[in-house]
Amino acid sequence: MTAVRWVGVLGCVALGGYAATILLRDPTLHSSIPWMLAWFAGALLLHDLVLFPLYAAADRALALLPATRVPLVNHVRLPLLGAGLTLLVYLPGIIRQGEPVVLGASGLDQGPFLARWLWLVLAMTAVSALVWAVRVTRRSAADG
Amino acid sequence: MLTGIRRRVRAALPSGPMRIRWRSPIRGPWLTSVLGFVLLCALPVVIVTGLLDWVAYGSGAIPSDVAGLHLPRFDWPTRPAWLFRLTQGLHVGLGIVLVPVVLAKLWSVIPKLFARPDRNLLKLAERATLVLLVGGILFEIVTGLLNIQYDYVFGFSFYAAHYVGAWVFIAGFVLHVALKLPTMVRGLRSRSFRNELRTPLAETRPEPPGELVAPEPDPATMSRRGALAVVGGGSLLLAALTVGQTVDSLRPTALLLPRGRTAPGDFPVNRTFAASGIDAQAVGGVWRLGLGNVRFTRDELLALPQHTAALPIACVEGWSIQQTWTGVRLRDLAALAGTPAPTGALVRSVEDGPFARASLTAGQVLHPDSLLALRVNGADLTPDHGYPARVIVPALPGVHCTKWVRTIEFAA
Repeated sequence: MTAVRWVGVLGCVALGGYAATILLRDPTLHSSIPWMLAWFAGALLLHDLVLFPLYAAADRALALLPATRVPLVNHVRLPLLGAGLTLLVYLPGIIRQGEPVVLGASGLDQGPFLARWLWLVLAMTAVSALVWAVRVTRRSAADG
Repeated sequence: MLTGIRRRVRAALPSGPMRIRWRSPIRGPWLTSVLGFVLLCALPVVIVTGLLDWVAYGSGAIPSDVAGLHLPRFDWPTRPAWLFRLTQGLHVGLGIVLVPVVLAKLWSVIPKLFARPDRNLLKLAERATLVLLVGGILFEIVTGLLNIQYDYVFGFSFYAAHYVGAWVFIAGFVLHVALKLPTMVRGLRSRSFRNELRTPLAETRPEPPGELVAPEPDPATMSRRGALAVVGGGSLLLAALTVGQTVDSLRPTALLLPRGRTAPGDFPVNRTFAASGIDAQAVGGVWRLGLGNVRFTRDELLALPQHTAALPIACVEGWSIQQTWTGVRLRDLAALAGTPAPTGALVRSVEDGPFARASLTAGQVLHPDSLLALRVNGADLTPDHGYPARVIVPALPGVHCTKWVRTIEFAA
Protein backbone atom coordinates (compact mmCIF):
# COMPACT_ATOMS: atom_id res chain seq x y z
CA MET A 1 0.00 0.00 0.00
CA THR A 2 2.83 2.37 0.92
CA ALA A 3 4.47 1.69 -2.45
CA VAL A 4 1.23 2.48 -4.29
CA ARG A 5 0.89 5.74 -2.37
CA TRP A 6 4.47 6.70 -3.20
CA VAL A 7 3.74 6.03 -6.87
CA GLY A 8 0.73 8.32 -6.57
CA VAL A 9 2.72 11.14 -4.98
CA LEU A 10 5.55 10.84 -7.50
CA GLY A 11 3.07 10.63 -10.39
CA CYS A 12 1.32 13.77 -9.17
CA VAL A 13 4.57 15.73 -8.85
CA ALA A 14 5.77 14.39 -12.22
CA LEU A 15 2.56 15.45 -13.99
CA GLY A 16 2.62 18.90 -12.37
CA GLY A 17 6.29 19.34 -13.28
CA TYR A 18 5.76 18.04 -16.79
CA ALA A 19 2.86 20.47 -17.29
CA ALA A 20 5.20 23.29 -16.32
CA THR A 21 7.52 22.31 -19.20
CA ILE A 22 4.82 23.62 -21.57
CA LEU A 23 6.10 27.05 -20.53
CA LEU A 24 9.65 26.09 -21.47
CA ARG A 25 8.65 25.09 -25.00
CA ASP A 26 7.71 28.62 -25.98
CA PRO A 27 10.65 31.03 -25.61
CA THR A 28 8.29 34.02 -25.57
CA LEU A 29 6.88 32.73 -22.27
CA HIS A 30 10.22 32.34 -20.48
CA SER A 31 10.29 35.84 -19.04
CA SER A 32 6.77 35.34 -17.60
CA ILE A 33 7.61 32.20 -15.63
CA PRO A 34 8.72 34.02 -12.44
CA TRP A 35 5.52 36.08 -12.52
CA MET A 36 3.34 33.03 -12.99
CA LEU A 37 5.08 31.33 -10.05
CA ALA A 38 4.62 34.49 -7.99
CA TRP A 39 0.89 34.57 -8.76
CA PHE A 40 0.57 30.85 -8.03
CA ALA A 41 2.26 31.22 -4.65
CA GLY A 42 0.55 34.55 -4.08
CA ALA A 43 -2.94 33.10 -4.58
CA LEU A 44 -2.15 30.38 -2.03
CA LEU A 45 -0.56 32.69 0.55
CA LEU A 46 -3.21 35.39 0.15
CA HIS A 47 -5.98 32.88 0.76
CA ASP A 48 -4.35 31.04 3.66
CA LEU A 49 -2.56 33.86 5.45
CA VAL A 50 -4.61 36.95 4.58
CA LEU A 51 -8.17 36.15 3.46
CA PHE A 52 -8.78 33.36 5.97
CA PRO A 53 -7.44 35.26 9.04
CA LEU A 54 -9.36 38.35 7.94
CA TYR A 55 -12.73 36.68 7.59
CA ALA A 56 -12.14 34.56 10.68
CA ALA A 57 -11.38 37.73 12.66
CA ALA A 58 -14.44 39.47 11.21
CA ASP A 59 -16.54 36.48 12.24
CA ARG A 60 -15.06 36.58 15.75
CA ALA A 61 -16.03 40.25 15.94
CA LEU A 62 -19.68 39.23 15.48
CA ALA A 63 -19.53 37.97 19.09
CA LEU A 64 -19.42 41.64 20.13
CA LEU A 65 -22.93 42.23 18.77
CA PRO A 66 -25.44 43.11 21.50
CA ALA A 67 -27.51 40.18 22.76
CA THR A 68 -31.02 40.37 21.36
CA ARG A 69 -34.00 38.06 21.71
CA VAL A 70 -33.58 37.05 18.09
CA PRO A 71 -29.80 36.80 17.69
CA LEU A 72 -28.37 39.37 15.29
CA VAL A 73 -25.34 37.30 14.35
CA ASN A 74 -26.57 35.65 11.13
CA HIS A 75 -28.45 38.75 10.07
CA VAL A 76 -25.12 40.58 10.02
CA ARG A 77 -23.05 37.63 8.85
CA LEU A 78 -25.05 36.86 5.71
CA PRO A 79 -25.08 40.31 4.08
CA LEU A 80 -21.38 40.62 4.94
CA LEU A 81 -20.67 37.27 3.27
CA GLY A 82 -22.70 38.29 0.22
CA ALA A 83 -20.91 41.62 0.00
CA GLY A 84 -17.48 40.00 0.41
CA LEU A 85 -18.17 37.24 -2.10
CA THR A 86 -19.47 39.55 -4.82
CA LEU A 87 -16.62 41.99 -4.18
CA LEU A 88 -14.04 39.21 -4.58
CA VAL A 89 -15.55 37.76 -7.75
CA TYR A 90 -16.43 40.99 -9.54
CA LEU A 91 -13.58 43.13 -8.17
CA PRO A 92 -12.13 44.37 -11.50
CA GLY A 93 -15.37 46.07 -12.56
CA ILE A 94 -16.08 47.47 -9.10
CA ILE A 95 -12.65 49.09 -8.70
CA ARG A 96 -12.44 49.91 -12.45
CA GLN A 97 -9.30 47.94 -13.10
CA GLY A 98 -8.46 47.12 -16.71
CA GLU A 99 -10.89 49.70 -18.10
CA PRO A 100 -8.97 50.42 -21.35
CA VAL A 101 -9.17 46.73 -22.31
CA VAL A 102 -12.87 46.53 -21.39
CA LEU A 103 -13.45 49.60 -23.52
CA GLY A 104 -11.52 48.14 -26.46
CA ALA A 105 -13.34 44.83 -26.15
CA SER A 106 -16.90 45.94 -25.54
CA GLY A 107 -17.01 49.65 -26.34
CA LEU A 108 -18.42 50.23 -22.85
CA ASP A 109 -16.76 51.46 -19.65
CA GLN A 110 -16.91 50.12 -16.10
CA GLY A 111 -18.74 53.17 -14.78
CA PRO A 112 -21.91 51.60 -13.33
CA PHE A 113 -20.38 48.65 -11.49
CA LEU A 114 -19.41 50.28 -8.17
CA ALA A 115 -22.84 51.85 -7.72
CA ARG A 116 -24.56 48.61 -8.71
CA TRP A 117 -22.49 46.66 -6.19
CA LEU A 118 -23.28 49.16 -3.45
CA TRP A 119 -27.01 48.88 -4.26
CA LEU A 120 -26.73 45.11 -4.17
CA VAL A 121 -25.05 45.25 -0.73
CA LEU A 122 -27.71 47.69 0.46
CA ALA A 123 -30.46 45.38 -0.81
CA MET A 124 -28.96 42.34 0.93
CA THR A 125 -28.58 44.33 4.16
CA ALA A 126 -32.14 45.64 3.94
CA VAL A 127 -33.63 42.19 3.31
CA SER A 128 -31.65 40.75 6.20
CA ALA A 129 -32.74 43.58 8.53
CA LEU A 130 -36.35 43.17 7.42
CA VAL A 131 -36.32 39.44 8.10
CA TRP A 132 -34.83 40.13 11.54
CA ALA A 133 -37.54 42.68 12.30
CA VAL A 134 -40.25 40.23 11.24
CA ARG A 135 -38.73 37.52 13.44
CA VAL A 136 -38.57 39.90 16.42
CA THR A 137 -42.22 40.86 15.93
CA ARG A 138 -43.34 37.24 15.65
CA ARG A 139 -41.28 36.26 18.71
CA SER A 140 -42.85 39.12 20.68
CA ALA A 141 -46.33 38.11 19.52
CA ALA A 142 -45.66 34.49 20.47
CA ASP A 143 -44.34 35.51 23.91
CA GLY A 144 -47.01 38.18 24.25
CA MET B 1 22.83 40.67 22.80
CA LEU B 2 21.70 38.19 20.14
CA THR B 3 21.04 35.59 22.79
CA GLY B 4 18.89 38.11 24.64
CA ILE B 5 16.74 38.76 21.56
CA ARG B 6 16.44 35.07 20.87
CA ARG B 7 15.32 34.42 24.45
CA ARG B 8 12.72 37.16 24.26
CA VAL B 9 11.41 35.90 20.91
CA ARG B 10 11.20 32.36 22.27
CA ALA B 11 9.31 33.61 25.31
CA ALA B 12 6.78 35.39 23.08
CA LEU B 13 6.08 32.27 21.01
CA PRO B 14 3.72 29.61 22.35
CA SER B 15 5.61 26.69 23.82
CA GLY B 16 5.53 23.49 21.83
CA PRO B 17 3.64 23.27 18.53
CA MET B 18 1.57 26.29 17.51
CA ARG B 19 -1.85 26.04 19.16
CA ILE B 20 -4.88 27.70 17.62
CA ARG B 21 -8.23 27.23 19.29
CA TRP B 22 -10.62 26.22 16.53
CA ARG B 23 -14.07 27.33 17.55
CA SER B 24 -16.58 26.19 14.96
CA PRO B 25 -18.81 23.41 16.34
CA ILE B 26 -19.94 22.34 12.86
CA ARG B 27 -16.53 21.82 11.29
CA GLY B 28 -15.99 18.10 10.87
CA PRO B 29 -15.58 15.20 8.43
CA TRP B 30 -19.28 15.11 7.45
CA LEU B 31 -19.47 18.76 6.38
CA THR B 32 -16.12 18.53 4.58
CA SER B 33 -17.27 15.36 2.80
CA VAL B 34 -20.50 16.98 1.59
CA LEU B 35 -18.57 19.94 0.16
CA GLY B 36 -15.96 17.56 -1.26
CA PHE B 37 -18.67 15.49 -2.91
CA VAL B 38 -20.13 18.56 -4.64
CA LEU B 39 -16.69 19.50 -5.96
CA LEU B 40 -15.95 15.92 -7.00
CA CYS B 41 -19.10 15.94 -9.15
CA ALA B 42 -18.76 19.45 -10.58
CA LEU B 43 -15.03 20.09 -11.04
CA PRO B 44 -14.58 17.37 -13.70
CA VAL B 45 -17.18 19.24 -15.80
CA VAL B 46 -15.17 22.46 -15.46
CA ILE B 47 -11.95 20.61 -16.28
CA VAL B 48 -13.30 18.78 -19.35
CA THR B 49 -15.11 21.82 -20.80
CA GLY B 50 -11.90 23.82 -20.31
CA LEU B 51 -9.81 21.23 -22.13
CA LEU B 52 -12.48 21.06 -24.86
CA ASP B 53 -12.04 24.79 -25.36
CA TRP B 54 -8.44 24.09 -26.36
CA VAL B 55 -9.67 21.53 -28.93
CA ALA B 56 -12.32 23.98 -30.20
CA TYR B 57 -9.57 26.46 -31.07
CA GLY B 58 -8.33 23.86 -33.58
CA SER B 59 -4.98 24.58 -35.20
CA GLY B 60 -5.04 28.04 -33.61
CA ALA B 61 -5.01 26.64 -30.06
CA ILE B 62 -3.01 28.54 -27.46
CA PRO B 63 -0.59 27.45 -26.13
CA SER B 64 0.17 25.63 -29.37
CA ASP B 65 2.73 23.13 -28.03
CA VAL B 66 1.27 21.50 -24.91
CA ALA B 67 3.66 18.53 -24.77
CA GLY B 68 0.87 16.03 -25.39
CA LEU B 69 -1.17 17.26 -22.40
CA HIS B 70 -4.49 17.66 -24.19
CA LEU B 71 -7.67 15.77 -24.99
CA PRO B 72 -7.47 13.75 -28.21
CA ARG B 73 -7.61 16.26 -31.07
CA PHE B 74 -10.65 16.08 -33.28
CA ASP B 75 -12.22 18.43 -35.81
CA TRP B 76 -14.47 20.66 -33.70
CA PRO B 77 -18.04 19.91 -34.85
CA THR B 78 -20.39 22.46 -36.39
CA ARG B 79 -23.49 20.70 -35.05
CA PRO B 80 -25.16 21.62 -32.80
CA ALA B 81 -24.50 25.30 -33.49
CA TRP B 82 -24.72 26.05 -29.76
CA LEU B 83 -22.00 23.54 -28.83
CA PHE B 84 -19.29 26.08 -27.94
CA ARG B 85 -21.90 28.28 -26.32
CA LEU B 86 -22.70 25.35 -24.04
CA THR B 87 -19.17 24.09 -23.29
CA GLN B 88 -17.64 27.51 -22.67
CA GLY B 89 -20.71 28.84 -20.88
CA LEU B 90 -20.53 25.83 -18.56
CA HIS B 91 -16.78 26.21 -18.04
CA VAL B 92 -17.03 29.84 -17.00
CA GLY B 93 -20.48 29.73 -15.39
CA LEU B 94 -19.90 26.60 -13.33
CA GLY B 95 -16.40 27.82 -12.48
CA ILE B 96 -17.89 30.98 -10.95
CA VAL B 97 -20.71 29.15 -9.19
CA LEU B 98 -18.21 26.82 -7.51
CA VAL B 99 -16.18 29.66 -5.95
CA PRO B 100 -18.22 29.65 -2.69
CA VAL B 101 -17.99 25.85 -2.50
CA VAL B 102 -14.21 25.94 -2.95
CA LEU B 103 -13.85 28.65 -0.29
CA ALA B 104 -16.13 26.72 2.10
CA LYS B 105 -14.20 23.50 1.48
CA LEU B 106 -10.93 25.29 2.26
CA TRP B 107 -12.48 26.77 5.43
CA SER B 108 -13.64 23.34 6.47
CA VAL B 109 -10.15 21.82 6.35
CA ILE B 110 -8.04 24.81 7.33
CA PRO B 111 -7.07 23.44 10.77
CA LYS B 112 -4.95 20.93 8.88
CA LEU B 113 -2.89 23.74 7.39
CA PHE B 114 -1.75 24.68 10.88
CA ALA B 115 -1.40 21.10 12.18
CA ARG B 116 2.02 19.86 13.23
CA PRO B 117 3.92 18.24 10.33
CA ASP B 118 3.95 14.48 10.40
CA ARG B 119 7.24 12.66 10.91
CA ASN B 120 6.25 10.06 8.31
CA LEU B 121 7.96 10.99 5.04
CA LEU B 122 5.12 9.66 2.86
CA LYS B 123 2.52 11.68 4.75
CA LEU B 124 4.72 14.76 4.49
CA ALA B 125 5.04 14.24 0.73
CA GLU B 126 1.29 13.76 0.34
CA ARG B 127 0.73 16.94 2.30
CA ALA B 128 3.18 18.81 0.07
CA THR B 129 1.17 17.86 -3.04
CA LEU B 130 -1.70 19.93 -1.60
CA VAL B 131 0.26 22.93 -2.89
CA LEU B 132 -0.59 21.74 -6.42
CA LEU B 133 -4.23 21.12 -5.48
CA VAL B 134 -5.00 24.30 -3.55
CA GLY B 135 -2.54 26.58 -5.33
CA GLY B 136 -3.78 25.17 -8.63
CA ILE B 137 -7.46 25.82 -8.04
CA LEU B 138 -6.90 29.29 -6.54
CA PHE B 139 -4.63 30.22 -9.47
CA GLU B 140 -7.26 29.01 -11.96
CA ILE B 141 -10.04 30.91 -10.18
CA VAL B 142 -8.02 34.13 -9.98
CA THR B 143 -6.73 34.09 -13.57
CA GLY B 144 -10.11 32.97 -14.92
CA LEU B 145 -12.07 35.66 -13.08
CA LEU B 146 -9.62 38.35 -14.17
CA ASN B 147 -9.73 37.20 -17.79
CA ILE B 148 -13.51 37.25 -18.13
CA GLN B 149 -13.43 40.81 -16.81
CA TYR B 150 -10.60 41.81 -19.19
CA ASP B 151 -8.32 42.69 -16.25
CA TYR B 152 -4.81 41.73 -17.36
CA VAL B 153 -3.12 43.03 -14.23
CA PHE B 154 -1.05 39.82 -14.07
CA GLY B 155 0.79 40.78 -17.23
CA PHE B 156 1.49 37.25 -18.55
CA SER B 157 -0.26 35.18 -21.21
CA PHE B 158 -3.64 34.19 -19.78
CA TYR B 159 -3.98 31.24 -22.14
CA ALA B 160 -0.60 29.70 -21.26
CA ALA B 161 -0.95 30.35 -17.53
CA HIS B 162 -4.54 29.06 -17.27
CA TYR B 163 -3.73 25.96 -19.33
CA VAL B 164 -0.60 25.01 -17.38
CA GLY B 165 -2.33 25.89 -14.10
CA ALA B 166 -5.14 23.54 -15.08
CA TRP B 167 -2.80 20.59 -15.49
CA VAL B 168 -0.99 21.39 -12.24
CA PHE B 169 -4.41 21.40 -10.55
CA ILE B 170 -5.46 18.18 -12.30
CA ALA B 171 -2.30 16.48 -10.97
CA GLY B 172 -3.14 17.53 -7.42
CA PHE B 173 -6.85 16.78 -7.83
CA VAL B 174 -6.45 13.23 -9.12
CA LEU B 175 -4.10 12.29 -6.29
CA HIS B 176 -6.31 13.99 -3.70
CA VAL B 177 -9.39 12.11 -4.89
CA ALA B 178 -7.49 8.82 -4.93
CA LEU B 179 -6.23 9.35 -1.38
CA LYS B 180 -9.36 10.84 0.14
CA LEU B 181 -12.23 9.05 -1.60
CA PRO B 182 -12.57 6.45 1.21
CA THR B 183 -12.45 9.25 3.81
CA MET B 184 -15.17 11.12 1.96
CA VAL B 185 -17.41 8.06 1.69
CA ARG B 186 -16.90 7.36 5.43
CA GLY B 187 -17.67 11.00 6.20
CA LEU B 188 -20.87 11.00 4.12
CA ARG B 189 -22.03 7.78 5.79
CA SER B 190 -21.25 9.03 9.28
CA ARG B 191 -24.44 11.08 9.43
CA SER B 192 -27.76 10.97 7.63
CA PHE B 193 -28.08 13.84 5.16
CA ARG B 194 -31.84 13.82 5.61
CA ASN B 195 -31.53 14.07 9.40
CA GLU B 196 -29.08 16.97 9.06
CA LEU B 197 -31.64 18.82 6.96
CA ARG B 198 -34.11 18.36 9.82
CA THR B 199 -31.71 19.44 12.58
CA PRO B 200 -32.28 23.04 13.70
CA LEU B 201 -29.70 25.25 15.36
CA ALA B 202 -30.86 24.40 18.87
CA GLU B 203 -30.06 20.73 18.33
CA THR B 204 -26.79 21.21 16.45
CA ARG B 205 -23.96 19.39 18.22
CA PRO B 206 -20.34 18.87 17.14
CA GLU B 207 -19.45 15.70 15.30
CA PRO B 208 -17.84 12.97 17.47
CA PRO B 209 -14.23 13.79 18.45
CA GLY B 210 -11.83 13.19 15.61
CA GLU B 211 -10.06 14.84 12.73
CA LEU B 212 -11.18 18.44 12.01
CA VAL B 213 -13.59 18.44 14.99
CA ALA B 214 -12.83 21.24 17.45
CA PRO B 215 -12.09 19.83 20.92
CA GLU B 216 -13.38 22.95 22.70
CA PRO B 217 -15.92 24.52 20.33
CA ASP B 218 -17.99 27.64 20.90
CA PRO B 219 -21.78 27.27 21.04
CA ALA B 220 -23.30 26.88 17.57
CA THR B 221 -24.56 30.04 15.85
CA MET B 222 -25.47 28.17 12.68
CA SER B 223 -26.73 24.65 12.01
CA ARG B 224 -25.08 22.37 9.46
CA ARG B 225 -28.06 22.76 7.17
CA GLY B 226 -27.73 26.51 7.65
CA ALA B 227 -24.06 26.40 6.64
CA LEU B 228 -24.90 24.37 3.53
CA ALA B 229 -27.68 26.82 2.72
CA VAL B 230 -25.24 29.74 3.04
CA VAL B 231 -22.80 28.08 0.63
CA GLY B 232 -25.59 27.11 -1.75
CA GLY B 233 -27.06 30.59 -1.46
CA GLY B 234 -23.68 32.11 -2.35
CA SER B 235 -23.54 29.87 -5.42
CA LEU B 236 -27.09 30.82 -6.39
CA LEU B 237 -26.28 34.50 -5.97
CA LEU B 238 -23.26 34.18 -8.29
CA ALA B 239 -25.30 32.09 -10.73
CA ALA B 240 -27.99 34.79 -10.84
CA LEU B 241 -25.35 37.45 -11.47
CA THR B 242 -23.64 35.41 -14.22
CA VAL B 243 -26.29 33.57 -16.23
CA GLY B 244 -27.21 36.77 -18.10
CA GLN B 245 -23.86 36.47 -19.90
CA THR B 246 -25.27 33.52 -21.83
CA VAL B 247 -29.05 33.73 -21.75
CA ASP B 248 -30.23 36.48 -24.09
CA SER B 249 -33.43 37.36 -22.23
CA LEU B 250 -31.62 37.65 -18.87
CA ARG B 251 -28.76 39.83 -20.15
CA PRO B 252 -29.25 42.80 -17.74
CA THR B 253 -29.16 40.50 -14.69
CA ALA B 254 -25.40 40.09 -15.17
CA LEU B 255 -25.20 43.29 -13.13
CA LEU B 256 -21.50 43.26 -12.36
CA LEU B 257 -20.04 41.68 -15.50
CA PRO B 258 -18.95 43.53 -18.65
CA ARG B 259 -21.28 41.30 -20.69
CA GLY B 260 -24.38 42.37 -18.81
CA ARG B 261 -24.07 45.72 -20.56
CA THR B 262 -24.87 46.44 -24.17
CA ALA B 263 -25.05 49.72 -26.01
CA PRO B 264 -28.71 50.59 -26.78
CA GLY B 265 -29.97 48.77 -29.86
CA ASP B 266 -26.77 46.77 -30.20
CA PHE B 267 -25.41 43.38 -29.14
CA PRO B 268 -21.99 42.73 -27.58
CA VAL B 269 -18.70 42.60 -29.45
CA ASN B 270 -15.33 41.35 -28.27
CA ARG B 271 -13.29 43.90 -30.18
CA THR B 272 -14.43 47.34 -31.26
CA PHE B 273 -13.51 48.86 -34.59
CA ALA B 274 -11.65 51.60 -32.74
CA ALA B 275 -9.56 49.00 -30.86
CA SER B 276 -8.69 47.17 -34.08
CA GLY B 277 -6.63 50.13 -35.23
CA ILE B 278 -7.92 49.68 -38.78
CA ASP B 279 -7.80 52.73 -41.05
CA ALA B 280 -11.42 53.55 -41.94
CA GLN B 281 -10.42 53.92 -45.61
CA ALA B 282 -9.21 50.31 -45.75
CA VAL B 283 -12.77 49.09 -45.15
CA GLY B 284 -14.39 51.80 -47.28
CA GLY B 285 -14.88 51.96 -51.06
CA VAL B 286 -11.43 50.54 -51.82
CA TRP B 287 -12.11 47.35 -49.90
CA ARG B 288 -12.06 44.12 -51.88
CA LEU B 289 -12.43 40.52 -50.71
CA GLY B 290 -9.53 38.47 -52.06
CA LEU B 291 -10.11 34.78 -52.85
CA GLY B 292 -6.78 33.81 -54.38
CA ASN B 293 -6.79 35.48 -57.78
CA VAL B 294 -10.45 36.49 -57.62
CA ARG B 295 -11.51 39.77 -56.01
CA PHE B 296 -14.97 40.99 -55.05
CA THR B 297 -16.38 44.35 -54.11
CA ARG B 298 -19.00 44.39 -51.39
CA ASP B 299 -21.76 45.06 -53.94
CA GLU B 300 -20.63 42.05 -55.97
CA LEU B 301 -20.83 39.93 -52.82
CA LEU B 302 -24.34 41.25 -52.12
CA ALA B 303 -25.34 40.26 -55.68
CA LEU B 304 -24.39 36.61 -54.98
CA PRO B 305 -27.01 34.20 -53.56
CA GLN B 306 -27.59 35.21 -49.93
CA HIS B 307 -28.27 32.85 -47.06
CA THR B 308 -29.68 33.71 -43.63
CA ALA B 309 -28.93 31.76 -40.46
CA ALA B 310 -29.52 32.29 -36.73
CA LEU B 311 -26.17 31.57 -35.13
CA PRO B 312 -24.60 32.32 -31.76
CA ILE B 313 -21.46 34.29 -31.15
CA ALA B 314 -19.80 32.60 -28.18
CA CYS B 315 -16.57 33.79 -26.61
CA VAL B 316 -13.92 32.28 -24.42
CA GLU B 317 -14.99 34.65 -21.63
CA GLY B 318 -18.14 32.58 -21.37
CA TRP B 319 -20.59 35.09 -22.83
CA SER B 320 -22.68 34.33 -25.89
CA ILE B 321 -25.59 35.69 -27.87
CA GLN B 322 -27.62 34.52 -30.86
CA GLN B 323 -28.22 36.78 -33.87
CA THR B 324 -29.56 36.43 -37.40
CA TRP B 325 -26.82 36.71 -39.98
CA THR B 326 -27.12 37.10 -43.76
CA GLY B 327 -24.35 36.67 -46.29
CA VAL B 328 -22.67 34.41 -48.81
CA ARG B 329 -22.11 30.76 -47.96
CA LEU B 330 -18.42 29.99 -47.51
CA ARG B 331 -18.82 26.88 -49.68
CA ASP B 332 -20.20 29.06 -52.51
CA LEU B 333 -17.14 31.29 -52.19
CA ALA B 334 -14.92 28.20 -52.24
CA ALA B 335 -16.54 27.12 -55.51
CA LEU B 336 -16.06 30.62 -56.96
CA ALA B 337 -12.40 30.46 -55.96
CA GLY B 338 -12.07 27.23 -57.94
CA THR B 339 -11.87 24.90 -54.92
CA PRO B 340 -15.33 23.30 -54.66
CA ALA B 341 -14.06 20.61 -52.28
CA PRO B 342 -11.71 22.52 -49.94
CA THR B 343 -9.78 20.77 -47.18
CA GLY B 344 -9.82 23.93 -45.09
CA ALA B 345 -9.44 27.69 -45.27
CA LEU B 346 -7.30 30.47 -43.88
CA VAL B 347 -9.18 33.70 -43.20
CA ARG B 348 -7.25 36.95 -42.80
CA SER B 349 -8.51 40.24 -41.45
CA VAL B 350 -7.67 43.77 -42.49
CA GLU B 351 -6.57 44.06 -38.86
CA ASP B 352 -3.06 43.17 -37.69
CA GLY B 353 -2.68 41.17 -34.52
CA PRO B 354 -2.72 37.74 -32.91
CA PHE B 355 -6.40 37.05 -33.66
CA ALA B 356 -6.48 38.66 -37.09
CA ARG B 357 -6.37 35.29 -38.83
CA ALA B 358 -8.16 31.98 -38.34
CA SER B 359 -7.98 28.51 -39.82
CA LEU B 360 -11.19 26.71 -40.62
CA THR B 361 -11.59 22.96 -41.14
CA ALA B 362 -13.30 21.45 -44.19
CA GLY B 363 -16.40 20.80 -42.09
CA GLN B 364 -16.51 24.42 -40.96
CA VAL B 365 -16.21 25.73 -44.54
CA LEU B 366 -18.78 23.34 -46.01
CA HIS B 367 -21.54 23.68 -43.39
CA PRO B 368 -24.58 25.23 -45.12
CA ASP B 369 -24.88 27.89 -42.38
CA SER B 370 -21.21 28.92 -42.52
CA LEU B 371 -21.24 32.44 -43.89
CA LEU B 372 -19.23 35.38 -44.91
CA ALA B 373 -21.83 37.62 -43.30
CA LEU B 374 -22.56 41.05 -44.78
CA ARG B 375 -25.66 41.85 -42.76
CA VAL B 376 -26.98 41.10 -39.28
CA ASN B 377 -30.61 41.30 -38.12
CA GLY B 378 -31.64 42.75 -41.48
CA ALA B 379 -29.17 45.66 -41.52
CA ASP B 380 -25.64 46.11 -42.82
CA LEU B 381 -22.93 45.10 -40.36
CA THR B 382 -21.71 48.04 -38.28
CA PRO B 383 -17.95 48.70 -38.13
CA ASP B 384 -17.87 47.14 -34.62
CA HIS B 385 -19.48 43.96 -35.96
CA GLY B 386 -17.00 43.61 -38.80
CA TYR B 387 -18.18 45.74 -41.76
CA PRO B 388 -17.68 45.16 -44.69
CA ALA B 389 -17.75 41.37 -44.07
CA ARG B 390 -17.14 38.88 -41.29
CA VAL B 391 -17.05 35.13 -40.90
CA ILE B 392 -19.71 33.36 -38.86
CA VAL B 393 -19.54 29.58 -38.47
CA PRO B 394 -21.74 27.34 -36.30
CA ALA B 395 -20.11 26.38 -32.96
CA LEU B 396 -16.84 28.13 -33.82
CA PRO B 397 -15.28 30.12 -30.93
CA GLY B 398 -16.11 33.79 -31.48
CA VAL B 399 -12.48 34.80 -31.68
CA HIS B 400 -12.14 32.75 -34.88
CA CYS B 401 -15.21 34.31 -36.49
CA THR B 402 -12.89 36.85 -38.09
CA LYS B 403 -14.17 40.40 -38.58
CA TRP B 404 -13.15 42.90 -41.29
CA VAL B 405 -12.20 39.98 -43.56
CA ARG B 406 -9.60 40.79 -46.23
CA THR B 407 -8.78 37.41 -47.79
CA ILE B 408 -9.90 33.81 -47.65
CA GLU B 409 -7.53 31.15 -48.95
CA PHE B 410 -9.28 27.85 -49.55
CA ALA B 411 -6.92 24.86 -49.42
CA ALA B 412 -7.45 22.38 -52.22
